[in-house]
Amino acid sequence: MQSLVALSASSSFRSAGIRSFASSAARAQAVPTEKPVLSKEFKIYRWNPDEPATKPTLQSYTIDLNQCGPMILDALIKIKNEIDPTLTFRRSCREGICGSCAMNINGQNTLACLCRIDRETPKDTKIYPLPSLYVVKDLVPDLTLFYKQYKSIEPYLKNDNPPADREFLQSPEDRRKLDGMYECILCACCSSSCPSYWWNQDEYLGPATLMAAYRWMADSRDTYTAQRREKMQNTMSMYRCHTIFNCSRTCPKGLNPAQAIAKMKLELASE
Amino acid sequence: MSVTVTVTEAVTPLHPTADEIRTSPNASSPPSTPPCPSERALGLGPALRQAAFAPRFAARSALVKRSIQTQSLPPSAAVEILNKQRLHRPSSPHYTIYQPQLTWVPSIAHRFTGTGLSILLYGYAIAYLVAPETFSSAQVVELVSTLPDAVKIAGKTILAAPFAFHSFNGIRHLTWDMLKFVNLKGAYTTVYAVFGATTVATIALVMW
Repeated sequence: MQSLVALSASSSFRSAGIRSFASSAARAQAVPTEKPVLSKEFKIYRWNPDEPATKPTLQSYTIDLNQCGPMILDALIKIKNEIDPTLTFRRSCREGICGSCAMNINGQNTLACLCRIDRETPKDTKIYPLPSLYVVKDLVPDLTLFYKQYKSIEPYLKNDNPPADREFLQSPEDRRKLDGMYECILCACCSSSCPSYWWNQDEYLGPATLMAAYRWMADSRDTYTAQRREKMQNTMSMYRCHTIFNCSRTCPKGLNPAQAIAKMKLELASE
Repeated sequence: MSVTVTVTEAVTPLHPTADEIRTSPNASSPPSTPPCPSERALGLGPALRQAAFAPRFAARSALVKRSIQTQSLPPSAAVEILNKQRLHRPSSPHYTIYQPQLTWVPSIAHRFTGTGLSILLYGYAIAYLVAPETFSSAQVVELVSTLPDAVKIAGKTILAAPFAFHSFNGIRHLTWDMLKFVNLKGAYTTVYAVFGATTVATIALVMW
């Protein structure tokens, strides 16, 4: 091996082309180096609807991180492909734009595709479905109520007098009011992280829906602001928000639902 | 929701011939010679022709028997199956598994201290109304003066810390209502400020 190194070193004084050929030939003959095994344990919430009497359990899987992608979603896919094909979870875009793979990883709600596997600590990683939602199977929560709540705030432009001959115009300042709200991907991380939503999700709308509600109140093109506000004037829909900030803390898109709700509260109080 | 199994009548030949691979639409490599136009138009490739005229018993024996039994149901049964499943769905765990963070832990502490202080205030006020003699200020002062110092300090801390925390955290909530510090950084800065002020105020109240 030493002679090979010496040979390639001396050849490097000649031309770059010859040297590169020589080194690639030497590399082809070398034994490929394998990375050492870096085992990591994942404890994943399991519940099977076909056996409803069996209580939910944490199932442990150990994989080699050096044979796996960097994200939690990569680990889940690896487990499903290689160890246990019955493991069930939602995933689609693997780049944090669809919101399908929202789950509770190490106690925090986030998207599995945006959450890196912790390689440094030997501690296991615990994965649960989004908190306080009904479980369809394993890591798949039932979001029916969440979507119904979103639908209830009429998340679309309402204007009885649209401009006749052209599109709606909006000043850059008015448009800027929507920044930080329109980017929501409805992954339900924030709503299912909210303790108020844990206790009162049957009536309280939750941060995701409330931010969407304020997004349409703040839109200068929407003329139904008064009616939209009227819907919030009760003790449950919005005022169950106690500014806990779990929503903003957990949002995988870095949005601030707490601020949107605070603005909405102030507007409702000062109208 | 309904499961219907249709038994395919077409033969799945175990060993496709070279001709079939060439005309198969799923073949990844493009055919070296294109199939004749009539074949393409009618969809009568050699594979289909072979399938159409192959004896039926050969087709059946070529199919692999399935071990799973399926049941055919009308689409209207879907709702019933779904509702039956919904009844059994567990609710996923929440505060038992959620990471303790400086967002919701002070929030729940605010609520607990508020409840505790209210109970104390209303409890004492009602007790005073019921038995003004027993709960008069003079009586309370006399009772406390008989206690040892350690109990006095502990008792004062237990009263002062929740009072200080609840008061300062209440101010924090009022600043939020005025749209100040309504972001994650603000929430964390103010919670540290509340902790600092609570510590100082508790020590001051206990020393007083």
